Amino acid sequence: MIRFDHVSVRYADAAADALSGVDLTVPDGELCLVVGRTGSGKSTLLGAASGHVPHFTGGRLSGRVLVDGRDTREFRPRELADVVGVVGQSPVDGFVTDSVEDELAFTMESLGMQRPVMRRRVEETLDLLGLAELRDRPLAQLSAGQQQRVAIGSALTAHPRVLVLDEPTSALDPGAAEDVLAALHRLVHDLGITVLLSEHRLERVVQYADSVISLAGPGQPPRYGVPGDVLGASEVAPPVVHLGRLAGWSPLPVSVRDARRQAVDLRSRLSTLAAPATSRAGGSVVLRTSGLTVRYRGGPPVLHDLDLTLAAGQVSALMGRNGAGKSTLLWTLQGALKPLRGTVHVGTEEPSALDPADRRTRVALVPQDPTDLLYLDTVGTECRQSDTESQRPARETRALLDRFTPGVDDDTDPRDLSEGQRLSLVLAIQLAARPRVLLLDEPTRGLDYLAKDRLAAALTQLSRDGTAVLLATHDVEFVATVADRVLVLAGGEMITDGATRDVVLSSPTYAPQVAKVLAPDAWLTVAEVARALPVPA
Amino acid sequence: MNRHGELHPLAWWLWAIGMATAASRTTNPLLLLLIIAVLGYVVAARRPAQGWARGFRAYLILGLVVVAIRTVFHIIFGGGLGETVLVRLPELRLPEWAAGIRLGGAVSAEGLASALYDGLRLATLLICVGAAVTLAEPRRLLRTLPGALYELGLVVVVAISLAPQLVESALRVRRARALRGASGRGLRAVRSIGMPVLAMALDRAVSLAAAMDARGYGRSGSVSAGTRRLTAGLLLMGLLGLSLGAYGVLAAPEQGSVGLPSLLVGVLACVAGLAVGSRRVLRSRYRAERVDPRSAAVAASGMVAAVCLLVTSRYDVATAYPSTYPLDVPQLALLPVLGLLIALAPAWVARSPTSPDSRATERPSATGAEPTPAVGAGRS
Repeated sequence: MIRFDHVSVRYADAAADALSGVDLTVPDGELCLVVGRTGSGKSTLLGAASGHVPHFTGGRLSGRVLVDGRDTREFRPRELADVVGVVGQSPVDGFVTDSVEDELAFTMESLGMQRPVMRRRVEETLDLLGLAELRDRPLAQLSAGQQQRVAIGSALTAHPRVLVLDEPTSALDPGAAEDVLAALHRLVHDLGITVLLSEHRLERVVQYADSVISLAGPGQPPRYGVPGDVLGASEVAPPVVHLGRLAGWSPLPVSVRDARRQAVDLRSRLSTLAAPATSRAGGSVVLRTSGLTVRYRGGPPVLHDLDLTLAAGQVSALMGRNGAGKSTLLWTLQGALKPLRGTVHVGTEEPSALDPADRRTRVALVPQDPTDLLYLDTVGTECRQSDTESQRPARETRALLDRFTPGVDDDTDPRDLSEGQRLSLVLAIQLAARPRVLLLDEPTRGLDYLAKDRLAAALTQLSRDGTAVLLATHDVEFVATVADRVLVLAGGEMITDGATRDVVLSSPTYAPQVAKVLAPDAWLTVAEVARALPVPA
Repeated sequence: MNRHGELHPLAWWLWAIGMATAASRTTNPLLLLLIIAVLGYVVAARRPAQGWARGFRAYLILGLVVVAIRTVFHIIFGGGLGETVLVRLPELRLPEWAAGIRLGGAVSAEGLASALYDGLRLATLLICVGAAVTLAEPRRLLRTLPGALYELGLVVVVAISLAPQLVESALRVRRARALRGASGRGLRAVRSIGMPVLAMALDRAVSLAAAMDARGYGRSGSVSAGTRRLTAGLLLMGLLGLSLGAYGVLAAPEQGSVGLPSLLVGVLACVAGLAVGSRRVLRSRYRAERVDPRSAAVAASGMVAAVCLLVTSRYDVATAYPSTYPLDVPQLALLPVLGLLIALAPAWVARSPTSPDSRATERPSATGAEPTPAVGAGRS
């Protein structure tokens, strides 16, 4: 269905190929997962399949890409619209109309279809993706998961043979992500659509995939094959694959189900060992709220009567579905939002009563889109500006940045950094003020496994040094790795507050893969298992 | 078919054009204020709940600004005609070559009244536009455009909807900037907020363009250069005719017979141009907008107001244009008041039979348990 014929792509002014030596065929009706580290060319590969590269991005594509027999060299993306449907990372940016129904019809209108056909297909798609009750709703009022399903639906109504999705679940909570992936799975099985999908959080999708394309990085050809084979040799792999490697299983499992069947031996070996260490208890209380109620103008309360403490030296994770009030809580704790009732105290002070410059020396927040904090044109000037802002000796911010992510060139434009590097830069800027509490909103969004490991190490180190860390996230694997304590927010109330191990083991939605494989024993990460196991003979 | 018994989007525009025509035919402040009151009432009663409908207040403020500017200009530069001097400002003597221009001096009640009337009329016209924009969803108006103009129209509509997004991202960046300790004021704040906001707007525009491209926007059959030139020529001629005709009919009816014929020629040329241009368009429409009796009634009520004021301005000049020199107390007459009250009808007529009050149906979502509805997340 999609034929990459010796394809290489090099963007203008780039020193190396973004993609090279891609020579493979994705057959009809396959769900093919594209994996690789940040910057390995995943988006370029997906773009090449829809004609977006090079028609829209510029650059030079050598070789040929054939989609359903059409050469993207001769067909522009708009002329491929009846064959390829595209869904981007941020659905909101791609919406052309205001309402769900109109958005679903847009592609068909462009293709000039008959009205009765359009109406029938809109109805079918509404049912297929469970959007029927939302048909008249303005797109802006939908939750992120609903918006993503509308975006998929609007690509589907034209009945494309191929669906290309670039990280479709990166902004979604685990539940909404499962909804979207289940919908995709159905499409592949019911309609025989070919799906090309990229994703960082492999643990979410790999069990659905028929094949995997693993991009190794600039200059190296990709590997293509069945998931177990390709991921077994890849540095980018979900926890079950790492566990399988550790235990020496063959073939390597890619789903929890496969792994559990192979894990009988491992489970019996581990059950004789000491249970993993419990989470660290926090030190002294740094931040305390009482009766916190927050409401936006005219709306109902977003947070309701919340009592919460954060302790020095503890990493807490804040979880809950999209729209549960996680971000609102972080902004209120920082002091940027004033609560309707109740108080936030850091020591004896209320952050919202301080001016912004003093506030950040008590509580620092890294917002969901860290780019919002950057406005200068090089990394070097951003670091110097940060030193002045925080009244620190020269190069302190730079030193912090090097600690998190070494080797970022001073002259780079912050916009050209990878997600992980940009997060490190913002983290360094915020930490230069030496806050007692660090809040992070969705820090792992768009990060690959290596960047996540680095972030986890940095956060653990910070908490050892006595900072209280609170991160809002949907990433259960990351929580299992880094957090000592998990808070779950639902409908504006704190429904759970407990040690990570207790919370994640008690619910399948929040359980990491290793815990599912090794249940009922309480292991959370591959690293824990590796530490506990005696060195294999 | 129109969605949920909504009105044809052109209905509100015709109604507002009627009101604007009425406003352009009088300087009587009582009538003008009555027009504003009618517009305000109908907007308050029939405004849709979506975001773009919140702009009416801005148009009212803009109207006030117009009146204020017109009055201030009169006080500074205005002629000193009229006996009833209210205040005497210090007058600046200008050199001889600037004779005829006056700065300061006496301010008379007559002059002030005439300036106020004039400003009020301009403000009313602006508020008419505001009412139409508020009541009719811009994107739905797009669907009534002929095929040849669709793509141009879409670009305009997308550009219009970028403005609230810009405001939103400016607020977001400002909030984020406070996290770095910035106060959010002063010249540096403008740069530090403006840069990322512009970058964001650009990124958004590029990804929107990419998404539209991927969804087949702009697919078109092949068209010869000759046809394209013919379309452009016809449209240009049509627009010229339309503007000339509109000027002739509305602004200078006493200038004789130029108005109507050129309006007619303009309309014909436009129709021909659009017909030629639409032949190359592949697009189809998911929803056709149909004229229903309620839409017709809304449009007609605006037209009635216009006709009543046109008649008044011809046969009852004292009411339509109350004298300011000598200064008279403006009077009301039965005909124009009746006409304007008829234009109030849409407040009831436009109510949809299927959803008795559009805003009552919006309310549940506004008082739901969560700020962002998360139905999609409510699975097991």
